[in-house]
Amino acid sequence: MSAPFRTASGGRVERSVPVSFTFGGTSYEGLRGDTLASALLAHGVHQVTTSIKLGRPRGVGAAWAEDPSSLVQVEEPFPDPMQLATTTEVFDGLVAHGVPGQGRLADIGDSARYDSRHLHVDLLVVGAGPAGVQAALTAARSGARVALVDEQSEPGGSLLGTTDLVDGRPALEWVGDAAAELAAAPEVVHLQRTTVFGVYDDGFALAVERRTDHLGGAAPREVSRQRVWRIRARRTVVATGAHERPVVFTDNDRPGTMLAGSARTFLHRYGVLAGTRAVVLTTNDSAYRAAVELADAGVEVAAVVDTRPQVPAHWAAECAGRGIEVRSGSAVVGTRGTDRVTHARVAARDGGAVDDVACDLLLVSGGWNPAVHLYSQARGKLAFDTSLGAFLPTGRLDDLLVAGAAAGAQELATCLRQGGAASATALVELGLDVVPVPVPSTPAAPPVTAPDLVWTVPDVDGDTSRQFVDLQRDATVADVQRALGAGLRSPEHVKRYTTIGTAHDQGKTSGVVTSGIIAELLGGGPDDVGTTTFRPPYTPVAFATLAGRDRGQLFDPVRTTALHDWHVRAGAVWEDVGQWKRPRYYPLAGEDVETAVLRECAAARTGVGILDGSTLGKIDVQGPDAGELLDRLYTNLMSSLAVGKVRYGVMCGADGMVIDDGTVLRVAEDRFLVMTTTGGAAKVLDWMEEWHQTEWPELGVHLASVTEQWSAFPVVGPRSRDVIQAVFGPSGVDAANEAFGFMTWQDTVLDGAPVRLARISFSGELAWEVHVSSWHAVAVWERLVEAGRPYGITPYGTETMHVLRAEKGYPIIGQDTDGTVTPQDLGMAWVVSKKKPDFVGKRSFARADNLREDRKQLVGLLPVDRTTVLPEGSQVVELAESGELPPPPVPMLGHVTSSYRSAHLERPFALALVKGGRARAGQLVHVPVKGRLVAVEVTGPVLVDPEGARRDG
Amino acid sequence: MQMIRCPWCGPREEVEFHYGGQAHVPYPAEPAALSDEEWAHYVFFRDNTRGAFAERWSHSAGCRRWFNALRDTVSYRFLAVYRPGDPRPVLDQTPTAGASS
Ligand SMILES: [Zn+2]
Repeated sequence: MSAPFRTASGGRVERSVPVSFTFGGTSYEGLRGDTLASALLAHGVHQVTTSIKLGRPRGVGAAWAEDPSSLVQVEEPFPDPMQLATTTEVFDGLVAHGVPGQGRLADIGDSARYDSRHLHVDLLVVGAGPAGVQAALTAARSGARVALVDEQSEPGGSLLGTTDLVDGRPALEWVGDAAAELAAAPEVVHLQRTTVFGVYDDGFALAVERRTDHLGGAAPREVSRQRVWRIRARRTVVATGAHERPVVFTDNDRPGTMLAGSARTFLHRYGVLAGTRAVVLTTNDSAYRAAVELADAGVEVAAVVDTRPQVPAHWAAECAGRGIEVRSGSAVVGTRGTDRVTHARVAARDGGAVDDVACDLLLVSGGWNPAVHLYSQARGKLAFDTSLGAFLPTGRLDDLLVAGAAAGAQELATCLRQGGAASATALVELGLDVVPVPVPSTPAAPPVTAPDLVWTVPDVDGDTSRQFVDLQRDATVADVQRALGAGLRSPEHVKRYTTIGTAHDQGKTSGVVTSGIIAELLGGGPDDVGTTTFRPPYTPVAFATLAGRDRGQLFDPVRTTALHDWHVRAGAVWEDVGQWKRPRYYPLAGEDVETAVLRECAAARTGVGILDGSTLGKIDVQGPDAGELLDRLYTNLMSSLAVGKVRYGVMCGADGMVIDDGTVLRVAEDRFLVMTTTGGAAKVLDWMEEWHQTEWPELGVHLASVTEQWSAFPVVGPRSRDVIQAVFGPSGVDAANEAFGFMTWQDTVLDGAPVRLARISFSGELAWEVHVSSWHAVAVWERLVEAGRPYGITPYGTETMHVLRAEKGYPIIGQDTDGTVTPQDLGMAWVVSKKKPDFVGKRSFARADNLREDRKQLVGLLPVDRTTVLPEGSQVVELAESGELPPPPVPMLGHVTSSYRSAHLERPFALALVKGGRARAGQLVHVPVKGRLVAVEVTGPVLVDPEGARRDG
Repeated sequence: MQMIRCPWCGPREEVEFHYGGQAHVPYPAEPAALSDEEWAHYVFFRDNTRGAFAERWSHSAGCRRWFNALRDTVSYRFLAVYRPGDPRPVLDQTPTAGASS
């Protein structure tokens, strides 16, 4: 298929490398170097899609990321929604179509790789236009570490879309030489197709590099598709150029309507004529270049419509020489056409007849907005410059400077000079010796006539409902009027009311125009109105890119114990406990969770069970003051613990609320092993370090986590002694009660592996915890299981562990407590030392609120029907004397914290926090369950073996 | 993503650090001697300063050491860092809010 709008020669496209692509179901041929937009325009295709709300035809409005309208969905090689035709490079096999405002995410997994890199530089230069290249050259020659980052496929910036000369030769030759010099410099990183989308504190910038998108299906699998660069720069020069802005008039959204400078880019960079007959609407000199250059390329320019009464003499002469009519003091008041503009409706600004001028291309220039996004993100202040008609940076920031068109420079020579100067300033501040780069020569620019400030052209009938401000949002001048009518004034509020600037392009063409319109409608200038805040990202970034390699297993690390493979083979069903994978239960064939847990519980209460408790936190506390530190942090006395003994302890915050519990083993005079809950391991180490370092640095203590070094297996049940004796008896262990008492530990050796045995019970049964280095965990576990076989040893999981401890009324910190529960509330006043003058939390126990009789206290609940398992979290309520619920709001006594079926009790039971609960023992209260009230009896929390007869076997 | 200067390690990424609340709120020497109100002030009450604020930080993903910092709560900028036990530094000038220009 021929491309009738492709010029015969010129441009940056590779005319010898055709590529085939499909758009909207039609096959086309483009050239390597084309964007989807330029390739479509080469075929005369202007309409890309329809608009989101109104379904109006929409085309290509600009040549790069500022385009508000050419939204496409890429289908091949991989679905990618919400791309712009103007930034999508074509390649063989590209399949895309327009989208009316919303794309479609892929419904298959993205197999592409994404990654990230860190980069530290002296100077980050954003933008490889004339200012950026000159800045980078200056820094490179001065020996600085430099990053030059630019979003387009090749360097040059605005020079890619012009015929400018630098040093008497085509500007892009100068750019090419500079790029070659930078490539050879050892300390320079030069990235193209890379967008700096955000700048943050202390010179931190994030950029996304599109590494293989332009290669399509030919992308090498081993190369990441996109990469996030995390750049830390000592100084940043923002040389991001400027965006042309439109003028708003009626039906300004018809395909064929385009920013004037963009038509130059399509011509010079892509060798594409955007139409055959053009009308140019302008408020300033810059669009004359487009008119003249397009005329020279063969486009018939029907008229330049200049809003200014006085047109620039230089350009008037250039137009006259080409037979281009210039209409001063006029404007375009509307367009005609359906899916493509056919006429521009031209009228004098002071009224009069409307002249419909035939055209298939309507070029518009309302002036230029410096691309101040990054400067503004870094909290730089903007001010409206009336002579330029633009918001400009008011200066520089500590570590960020702006140069070139982004700083308001209009001429090439100024851009070059500012780029070099900003770079030199930064380098001097960094203490580097600057090697200046001479500013290359550029042809003299014609004199500039002051621009006109025109935001909107009034509709001839006063109808503002088709005057589009934000094309992506289908938001019009009428919407802005409505917002002001509703009393809104700030552009931030108007933005949210109208949705202007909230779409894919984040208002690159609509934001400043909106400020101008607000000012026009309210009176005053744009400076009084200001702009909305510029926020990252500058252009959209895919979540997959930001995630990088932190996907799947690498998103959140999975921690497994040394016995993980054994549990897998045993058919464990897993529970996630923080990052740990713990066996929840081990179902036999045909068992559901309830049956399995009842079986596991029965084994532990009548025979012997074994649990992988390796995830318990373990902290090695060493030093002459180790006991003193523990005394200050635990509610009970630890320093009095004899070597060889174990003590249960509770830790509270300064507010007196329980934060963790566990057992403490005294290993030596100056050494303790502190056991924490699985979830509390990191928190308790943090807590100990905080107090030690910030309050008691004089204490001689060292702390280290040994959670992963030690595996721990509780062997639990009346037959546990037989198992321990069988396995460790040959090593000299005597497991008899007299020789191995409750809450004591002994070290032994099994097959050369050191093992620590501790008589600790979290079930009320006779039990030992077997501690072994994780290297030997599997061997020791398998010995225990083997030795337990005659006794029916049963591995059990966290569910059974929870039931067994709940039957004994042992709370789980964080399940039965919630940060508002004291040890006394848990019925554990016995664990609070009366002897110690102080410990963290002690003073709070005497606060009036903590002495209230009606505090919520941990109690047991027994459903009277002996069948209902109360859902955890259920509320506990009290009936009125009438036997009915009291009138709403029904007072809540508390809530169920743990609830299970008990094999031992042969009935369900629960733990609950209930107001004044201990005094209610024996009373009936009620728990609403699915619309009915279940009667429950309040009991003490210890439901199995309250005398503690079972712990010694 | 500020760079925070750990007094032991030097400048490191903000993500390596953990905030620890207001500095120079010592644990009372004799909690038992305090009234409920005095104790409550220690446990529950902290300043809410606009401007330079002395606070505790921990280099939790680095050397794991605690230190103190003066930070401008308007601009978030760190104005000074110092080791526990050192006195709060006296600043040459009052911090300026927001970016310089
Ligand atoms: Zn550190």
